[in-house]
Amino acid sequence: MANHTHVQNPKVDVQYRRKKNAEEMKHQIVSFTLMIFLTLIAFFAVGYEGFSAWFSVPFILLLAVVQVIFQLYYFMHMSHKGHELPALFIYGGVVVAFVTIWAFLTVVWI
Amino acid sequence: MSTLARKKGVGAVIWDYLTTVDHKKIAILYLIAGGVFFLLGGLEAMIIRIQLAVPNNDFISAGFYNEVLTMHGTTMIFLAAMPLVFAMMNAVVPIQIGARDVAFPFLNSLGFWLFFFGGVFLNLSWFLGGAPDAGWTSYASLSLASPTHGIDFYVLGLQISGLGTLIGGINFLVTIINMRAPGMTYMRMPMFTWATFVTSALILFAFPPLTVGLIFMMMDRLFGGNFFDPALGGNTIIWEHLFWIFGHPEVYILVLPAFGIFSEIFATFSRKRLFGYSSMVFATVLIGFLGFMVWAHHMFTVGMGPIANAIFAVATMAIAVPTGIKIFNWLFTMWGGSIRFTTPMMYAVAFIPSFVIGGVTGVMNATAAADYQYHDSYFVVAHFHYVIVGGVVFALLAGAHYWWPKMFGKMLDEKLGKVTFWLFFIGFHLTFFIQHFLGLMGMPRRVFTFLPGQGFETGNMISTVGAFFMAAGTVVLLANVVITTVKGKRVGNDPWEDGRTLEWAVSSPAPEYNFAQTPLVRGLDAYWIEKMEGKKGLTPAEPLGDIHMPNPSILPFVISLGLFVSAFGFLFHQDHAWGTPVGVFGLIITLGAMFFRSIIDDHGFHIHKEEVMEAEKKGAGA
Repeated sequence: MANHTHVQNPKVDVQYRRKKNAEEMKHQIVSFTLMIFLTLIAFFAVGYEGFSAWFSVPFILLLAVVQVIFQLYYFMHMSHKGHELPALFIYGGVVVAFVTIWAFLTVVWI
Repeated sequence: MSTLARKKGVGAVIWDYLTTVDHKKIAILYLIAGGVFFLLGGLEAMIIRIQLAVPNNDFISAGFYNEVLTMHGTTMIFLAAMPLVFAMMNAVVPIQIGARDVAFPFLNSLGFWLFFFGGVFLNLSWFLGGAPDAGWTSYASLSLASPTHGIDFYVLGLQISGLGTLIGGINFLVTIINMRAPGMTYMRMPMFTWATFVTSALILFAFPPLTVGLIFMMMDRLFGGNFFDPALGGNTIIWEHLFWIFGHPEVYILVLPAFGIFSEIFATFSRKRLFGYSSMVFATVLIGFLGFMVWAHHMFTVGMGPIANAIFAVATMAIAVPTGIKIFNWLFTMWGGSIRFTTPMMYAVAFIPSFVIGGVTGVMNATAAADYQYHDSYFVVAHFHYVIVGGVVFALLAGAHYWWPKMFGKMLDEKLGKVTFWLFFIGFHLTFFIQHFLGLMGMPRRVFTFLPGQGFETGNMISTVGAFFMAAGTVVLLANVVITTVKGKRVGNDPWEDGRTLEWAVSSPAPEYNFAQTPLVRGLDAYWIEKMEGKKGLTPAEPLGDIHMPNPSILPFVISLGLFVSAFGFLFHQDHAWGTPVGVFGLIITLGAMFFRSIIDDHGFHIHKEEVMEAEKKGAGA
């Protein structure tokens, strides 16, 4: 049922899809540029002596999260229709893993 | 090359089952393999109960008792309950959602063979120097010190069969998300399909921690690692955490399908729609979610401190709420229904009080302060047997009786079925109810004997007598299966006459392609709706046409065999020079078979419209 959403008839709506593709290409190039830029910032944060590890490690982790979101949404098409369930499972897994690690860091003694 | 309506020799039948990718045949494979392991685990249970029947017994030695006890638990959970659950899912779920097969038939077969070879590998330990002897939880502090290869068999065998389970779980997720017939929205899915869906999600998230734990253990025992050895800077508690992060959801992986089976049975034999369907769905999802937040309640006495214990205690008690919702929904389904006490219904009715007892002792165990008393006593043994036997085993027996006609085309004898039920039900309570009190009186679990004069004699004797009742019930069930197979009459589509879901609309057993035409689903209990409108069959959603089917393949068997061979090699690589080469050779078999799978184009085949029409005319038994 729901899996037919991205099966398209090539003869229908050529113009609409061409416009849509061009737009998507633009998004991909923009996010690709941003990702390279973020990587450069990460390298800079490590290289610059003025930042201590207490700043640069969480900072890089934050940049990594942003990159993962770009990757998932702009390159793996999670922003498209028909990806609600994969998104649900990814976020479900993230929540479960987060709660587990959180419990280890806060209440459970190892 | 359709295999419809063709008589075959024994060799051809065996080859057919070795290569099959049909979910209905894989269900039968799971049922047979799981059933054999269930008998094996039951035999081990009988040895345990005979040894504990009288004080100071020397029926078996202490060391052998440890092996039997470990293998009883491991076999029952991983090799009996899990595959039997998969047998029910495979037999029913694709038909319940109006699909022709699972999403990945090849992977389905691979999942079975991985489980099978893992289970065989684990049990070969009996003949190759001794079985694992550190309990089914195999805590690292104990298992690292085990001198035999038993633990290595446990680690490698469970790793292989765990891969199979993970593959099976993913397959069912994709199947249920993508393969539902037109009109089968999520909120029209039968309860057993919902339970399978949530269970598969739990498998997806719960098995990776086990895999990681087993890899650590494998490194420590076979390849000189030290993840768990404190003397070398490791931490032995990590195993306990990893094991229970998997192990607690595992309990729900087993019991949610059991809930699903009972939901179907209650609705069918009360001739009523399941009461509170949407709250049932909600409760199932909630139990699945909360199941990941409570693992540390197995470790209250490890010394995590009062804050951790309190948090995990409260989280655990919260699970009683959705479970309670379910219990009330089942009661209200029966209320005012026109109830028929068939064999499956008797299991379902007996399940409610039995499982509630297990649930109540569960809340008692969850009370962290009190748990210091219960911990490692027979009280805990009684508790988890009440949930697993009173919940899961009852459900599997009920499901086997309920869906037997759908799987094999013949009804199990109802009289013998009821004899089985009463023997099993009485035996179960006789065995385990008294164990609560043995535990409260101070009898520790996992001991191979006890001394006279401590007040444990009567309780243990009663418990052993109960175990013999359960064994007798199992023997009657086996006799029933043989008699039915030899003498049973073929039945039609809907042998219980009150079937509500789609599986009762197709012939028994279902044809290879399940539905000649994909059905249109017009509501919950789709087949019941059609029957109430006076129709004989389902509303088709497509014209009759050629049906595309997957080709059978031997590759899943070969891939699994390769891992089996490889596990032997690496297990003995420290003792024998041939170990490592054999290990590598096995991996080459596996990877080679995977390579062939990747390069050979397999487009499947078509069953032509004329053949489908002919098969449909002949109906059941085709």
